[in-house]
Formats: sequence, structure tokens, C-alpha cells
Amino acid sequence: MSASTNSDGLPRWATLALLPAINLGAALVVSSLVILAIGQDPLSALAFMVKGAVGSGTGLSYTLYYATSLIFTGLAVAIANHAGLFNIGGEGQAYVGGLGTGLVCLALSGWPWYTVLPVAVLAGALFGAVWGLIPGYLQAYRGSHIVITTIMFNFLASALMVYLLGGPLIEHGQMAPESREFAESTFLPAVKEIAAGLGYRTSTLPLNLSLLLALLCAAGVWFLIWHTRWGFQMRTVGANEAAARYAGINARTTIVVAMAISGALAGLVGINELQGVQHRITLNFQAGMGFTGIAVALMGRGHPVGIVLSSLLFGALYQGGAELSFEYNEISPRLVVVIQGVVILFSGALEHMFRPALVRLLKPKAAASAAGQRA
Amino acid sequence: MSQTVPLSVPPQPGPWAVELVGIDKRFGPVHANKAVSLRIRAGSIHGLVGENGAGKSTLMSILYGFYQADEGQILVNGAEVRIREPKDAIALGIGMVHQHFMLVEEFTVLENLMLGAEGGALLKDGIRKARAEVERLEKAYRLDVPLDAKVADLNVGIQQRVEILKALYRGAQVLILDEPTAVLSPPEVQDLFRILDALRAQGRTILMITHKLKEIMAITDAVSVLRQGAVVASFHTQDTNEAALAEAMVGRRANPAVRRPGAPAGAPLLTVEDLSIFDERGVERLKRATFRVRAGEIVGVAGVAGNGQSELLEALSGMTPFQRGRVHVNGRDVTPESPMDPAQARRQGIAHVPEDRLRRAVVKPFPAFQNALLGYQDDPAMADGPRLNWKRVAAATARLMEDWDVRPRQPSLRTSLFSGGNQQKLVLGREMERDPNVLLVGQPTRGVDIGAIEFIHRRLLAMRDAGKAILLVSAELEEIMALSDRILVMCDGAITGELAAEDATEGLIGRLMAGITDDMEHGSRADAAGGAA
Ligand SMILES: Nc1ncnc2c1ncn2[C@@H]1O[C@H](COP(=O)(O)OP(=O)(O)OP(=O)(O)O)[C@@H](O)[C@H]1O
Ligand SMILES: [Mg+2]
Repeated sequence: MSASTNSDGLPRWATLALLPAINLGAALVVSSLVILAIGQDPLSALAFMVKGAVGSGTGLSYTLYYATSLIFTGLAVAIANHAGLFNIGGEGQAYVGGLGTGLVCLALSGWPWYTVLPVAVLAGALFGAVWGLIPGYLQAYRGSHIVITTIMFNFLASALMVYLLGGPLIEHGQMAPESREFAESTFLPAVKEIAAGLGYRTSTLPLNLSLLLALLCAAGVWFLIWHTRWGFQMRTVGANEAAARYAGINARTTIVVAMAISGALAGLVGINELQGVQHRITLNFQAGMGFTGIAVALMGRGHPVGIVLSSLLFGALYQGGAELSFEYNEISPRLVVVIQGVVILFSGALEHMFRPALVRLLKPKAAASAAGQRA
Repeated sequence: MSQTVPLSVPPQPGPWAVELVGIDKRFGPVHANKAVSLRIRAGSIHGLVGENGAGKSTLMSILYGFYQADEGQILVNGAEVRIREPKDAIALGIGMVHQHFMLVEEFTVLENLMLGAEGGALLKDGIRKARAEVERLEKAYRLDVPLDAKVADLNVGIQQRVEILKALYRGAQVLILDEPTAVLSPPEVQDLFRILDALRAQGRTILMITHKLKEIMAITDAVSVLRQGAVVASFHTQDTNEAALAEAMVGRRANPAVRRPGAPAGAPLLTVEDLSIFDERGVERLKRATFRVRAGEIVGVAGVAGNGQSELLEALSGMTPFQRGRVHVNGRDVTPESPMDPAQARRQGIAHVPEDRLRRAVVKPFPAFQNALLGYQDDPAMADGPRLNWKRVAAATARLMEDWDVRPRQPSLRTSLFSGGNQQKLVLGREMERDPNVLLVGQPTRGVDIGAIEFIHRRLLAMRDAGKAILLVSAELEEIMALSDRILVMCDGAITGELAAEDATEGLIGRLMAGITDDMEHGSRADAAGGAA
């Protein structure tokens, strides 16, 4: 990740910018074919999607709101990945983390949001951390595979929340499995209030202050991974466990801590979703953000900057896709999922498919410039 | 064309199996191969020597299709060919055995051989055919390997044969071997050479990279010397000698380090008593080792690989726990009840260069400067609070690279892109520059070139003279004899003898290595007071 060229000689800029662009282009071509196959005009559909995602203040606000949650879960997956762990439990960690945040917001009725926020962040991170730490512990000390245990913990989180929202936490006298609404004072300021403060009037939009928190987390994760001793140790464990042992690094505690941090990051989704938008604990508020975070981390190549960018892309896909299925009756929300899937396929799983071709394409130029230097 | 290829008189007149013409390759600023031309006679063994980073592996990787040359042509059996990937090379009858084997450890030998050449969708037919063919090859070249054993259970010598067999099974007429002897013990080298001889007798062509000039003289028909990417000399082996080759390689006469008896050794810095290690099956791999290493001496451990030397280093460095005995180091007592982990060992002033350092002492995808910190990440001088100061680390790494002649001098280059020998120098430099009290070093010169061997030997002797204790494990008897003040000989996990440098002869050490301990007039069996030299 730090070398300026790769072993096949592809320059860094091509790896970081050109290749993802090509992958995305390929995904769009395939998506167009699918849209064509169901008898729609792909160009106007895709144009509509783009317009829906970024063409208006409202669309953009939704895009950023989705991106916020994806940054949290993408960072969570990435940090575990650097420690050599495949955390598929972002979904459950986000869910349980939201419980922590929600409980704080319920308990601190009447407190102003800026005093609630730090406590809610701590609680969300803590709850998420515990949900990540247990599979981490089981992996490090008991050898239970993290992929299996995190999946199981997703189910456990679901079961726990259904129980809590169906019983102890349900709003008195209501049928819907939801908690009561938080006190209004605890709501995170959304774009509407911020805009009003600046003298603009807008309708209620979901984008809220937690986007800043997400960006802060991205910066923090960047610092942690590449500029601290602990991050160095974690990357060593992830890349070569024998070398970590040789270097006197305790791989077990490193794994447990990495999973705790990963869970904590995922646990912050609730700040955006609950304290920011829904203002109550709801069933499945995390709605797949944990899983999409895997694709986000893959596409962002484990780097916070890449994760922020791919979160924006996936946020736009969510929002543009939602608009698209509203507008076109023939295009069901499922097709939008297909489009997202194709993007994940080309940017994640088939990330390197075009690489050899690109290397060959850029090769003659590299040789020519070398010859030029010699002359 | 003929002047670019100095080899004008063939050893036995015959066609060229491989011709490389004007091969040029750059990696960014590094000019790894400069207009290299080389012709290999069919049915001959051709040696390739040169300093670390001279471009040997790169050249062979181009022939095998791992890399593409920027310029130049490749001719196989007189016809120009394009080799874009290893598949093309295999189709042309070119096979390669890498220094680091590419076998699936969990598969059996037969499964490994068939990998990528399964011969059809139904495995069963393939297996039957493969077994017959492999058994034929085994017989033809006396390559004994247990076909149904798991690769992980085989020692390196046998694993290497599996690699050779794999290449032959795919129809290799030209076999490339990159430093095949680096990991072998002397008897294993003999076995390998016997196999190579048989292959040559059958008309196959072999290209072999090595740093050991003795091996060039022993087995090759012709030899080419690479220096800084260019072929600087080619010889018929019978027309040259080790000294001339060494001079062609480094551009100066060889100047081996010589040990002078140092000042009398001081107080023991490392005391080992009754140390035993049992593996997970309960087999005693190290048997009651007892010895001391004093300040200002080098104690060499001789023995055929796999006789407990690795376990000894592992235990003393804290990498594996031991089950019996006691180690006393720098005022600290280590016992099975109060073990010492590698981090504590470092804090006790123990530095460790493990035998398979390229796997465990570096993290290959990291840039070099990060590996220069590995193991010493707690050093407060390299951090400001929680923040690692990579600038400072990189500056220190640049100095280390200068001192240890690690090439290219690029601290931020990814470690895996350095040549094998240069990675080794980075690790040795890191461990020795920290000025430890006790240095545990396994195979210090494995895979490094002649110049670097001399340099490393000088540094080891300088450390000794500075009053440090050094425990040296090496498969090279010559190295042990050249550097050690005392020599421990191991066989089957036990120390079978201890000799003072003056008393050591190859014959005596050889007998002790074989476990023959009755003829001991020159040596004394190690006991608790071992170290009286
Ligand atoms: N993929 C790569 N990217 C950048 N530089 C490379 C790459 N591969 C090799 N090099 C550089 O090319 C030079 C030649 O390397 P090569 O591995 O061929 O050396 P070598 O002669 O085999 O050395 P050794 O005896 O140490 O194995 C070295 O300076 C090395 O760092
Ligand atoms: Mg090499």
C-alpha cells in the first residue's frame, strides 16, 4: 500500500484512480444491459439515478446520510481486515451499538443534545465494542473462526433486539415494536436546523451532524493504523503472524482489541440513524449497512480516504436507486439491488480483472519514457 | 552478435537450448538487467553467479515468464519465442524451482504434482496416469519421494525434489534452479547434484543460481557472472577457478575475514542448563542441552540441519517454550515456570536472527523502513508519545542501508521487492546494530554474496571483540570453524561434543555430527561446567 509501484509495474495513480473508474464503468455497462433486458432505456434510467442522488439538495442530503452510516461500517470492516480478520458482524455490532445510543437518549430526556452526544457516542461504541470483542476473544483464545462467530452474533443481535423492542422497551400502549420517541432536546441537529441557523429554509432532511463524526473517525482510523505503534503491531499481526510473534507482539490481545475497535466503529451507526433521524429505537434500523460496509471497505482498499469515497458512491446508489424505483414502475427496488450487486462484483470481487490489460496498455508508455530518460 | 556472447567455444558442441539476447529490464529507477546476452548449451549445466541484487533472479524470472523484459529476445531451441506468463514457459519446456518453494503444504506430494496439470475433469483417471508417469520419472532420476506423504511432513531437501519432479512432470527440458542449495545440508547437496547429473546425462539443460563457488566448480559446465545487471564474464568451468570468479563478481580480490584469538573470554552472559524441548507429539527435540556463552566469545553450533539447532535458538529467543531446564541470561532466570517471551528477551539484550528470517523476521508487504523497526517498535527514540515517527525511522533505515550495503537504498521500497540477499542484510543489520549483549544467529550468511559474507563475518568478530556473547548456528562447517572460539556439535537433539577452536578438525566434527562419541581424545563431553576452553 505504501510502495509507489506494484510488482507488475502499474503506477500508483492507476491503481488508485484509473482502475476503480474502469471497474465502475464496467459495472454501469452491465447494469445498462440488465435495464435494457427489461425493456427500459438504460441511459435515461441511469441519468435519472444520478440526478436523484446528487441532482438536488434533498437527494444529496439523503446520499450523504446513507454515506455516513457506510463510513462507520466500512471503517469497521477495514480495521479488522488490517488485523487479518474478516468481520462480517458489522450488522450486529451496529444494531447493538444503536441500543446503547438509544438507551442513553431515552435516559437523558431533557438534556441538550450536545451533552447527550458524547455519552451516546461512548455508549454506542461500548455496546458495539462488546459485540465485536466477544467473537474476537473466541477467535484469539478459543480458535473459533471469526467469520462464523460474527455471523452468529448478527443473529443473536437480531434476537436480542426483537425481544427488547417487543417487550421491555416497547412504547406503552403501542403495537409497533419500537421504543418511545426520544425527548426532542436530545435530537442531533439536522441539515434543517443548521440551514435555518444560516438563514435558509428547507424541508426536513435526514443528513445530520454525525457526518462530521464519521469523518473524524476516518481521520482517527487513518492515524491509528499508519501512525501509531499499536497500528503497526496490528498490521504486523494481520500480515504475518509468525513475524508478529518474533517481534514480541501479543497477537491474541491485538486481535481482541482490533475487534473491539471494529465493533465500536460499527456501533456508531446508531448516532446517525437513531439520535440523528429516527429519534427512537426501531427494528432493523441498521438495514444492511453492516453488510454493505464490507463492499465499501473492499472498494476503498482499506484506506479511510477510499472508504469515504466509496461510501459516497454507495450512498448515491442507495439514494439514486430509491428514486429510480419510485419513478419507473417497471424497475422494482430489487433491480436496484442488482445494480448495487454488480457494482460490488466489479469493484470488489473482480477488482483486478482489468489489471493485466491495463498493465499491458500502460507498458509501452513506461518503456518509452524510460528510453527518453536515457537519451 | 558473437562478441556479445563471450562463450564462443561450446563445452560439448551442440545446439543452444536457450539464448537470451540483449535482455533489458528496469523496475522504476532500478536497472535490474542491462542488455544481458546469454547462451545455454543443450544438455549442459550452466551456473549463474553475482552479488546480491545483481539481477540473477530477475533474469531467470524473465525466462520463466514472471516478468517481461523491456527489450531483448528469447530463443528456445533456436526459434524466437514470446514468454508472457509461466504458462508459456511451461509449454516451451521450461521449468523453474524457486528458492521459496511453491507447494501446497496440506496436499500430498502427488496432489501437488498434479496441481494445474490434473488432466481432465475426473480426478480418478488423472491420478492413475499421474502416478504411473511420476513413478517412471522417479526411477529414471532416482528421485525418491513418498508420493502419498503430506508435503508439510517432509524436510526441505525432499520438498525440493518434489519441486524438481513437478517441473519434470510438466515436461521441462530446461530447468531453472534459483539458489537450490541455500537451504540444503551438505549431504542433501550431494544428493541434489547426483540428480542434476542424471538429468544432464539425459540431455536436459539446467540453469543454476548459487552463491557458492565451490558448487559452480563441482557441477557446472559453464558459468556466467552478473554484476549490477550486466554479464561481466562467462567461462567454461574448466578454464576458471574460485578466486577468478570471486574477482569477476565483486571487482576485487576476495579477502576473507580471519578470526584472531581474542582476549580471554569474560563472565558467562548466557548459561543453559539441562534444557529440553518436547514437540506436540511428546518427542524430545532438544535433549538436556547444557553450555555457556561468555562475554567476548563466539560459540558455534555445528550439526546436520534438523538435529535440534533450530529448537535451541527458538527456546533461547523465547519463540517456543521449553519444558525442562533453566536458562540464565543477563541476570534473569528463565524456567518452564517463568518463561520469557520474545519481547522480554529483547529487553534482556538478546537479539535473534532466525534461520528462516525471510518468513518470520520481516513482513514482506511492508516498506523496508517499517521492517527496520520490527521487534523494536517500543523504542521511545522512534516515537513521539503514541505517534511513531516514521521520518526518524526512515532516516535510521537509510543509515542502516548505507552501513550494511542494502541495495537499492530505498527505505520506502516494499520489502518483497528487494533481492533475497538484500532482505537478509536488512534483518542482520537491524539485529546487530542494536548492540545486544547476546546475539543468537542462525545461518548468518545463507543467501548472501561473497562480499557480504566477508562483511558479516567481520561484524560478528567485531561484536565478539566488543565483549558480546554470540551463539552461531550454521550449516556451513567452514563458517563455524572460521568464526567460533568453541564449537558445540549436535546430533539427534543432543550436544554430542564440545571442542575448542584449536582442537576442531572437519573429521572430528563430522564424526560428532554423526553421533559417534567414543573417539573423544580431543574433545570433552559438555557438562554443567561447559565453557572451559
Ligand atoms: N518487482 C520489483 N520491483 C522493483 N525492484 C525490483 C523488483 N524485483 C527486483 N527488483 C530489484 O532488482 C534488482 C535485482 O534483483 P534480483 O532479485 O534479480 O537480484 P539477485 O541477483 O537475484 O540477488 P540475490 O542474490 O540477493 O537473490 C534488485 O535491486 C531488486 O531490488
Ligand atoms: Mg535472487
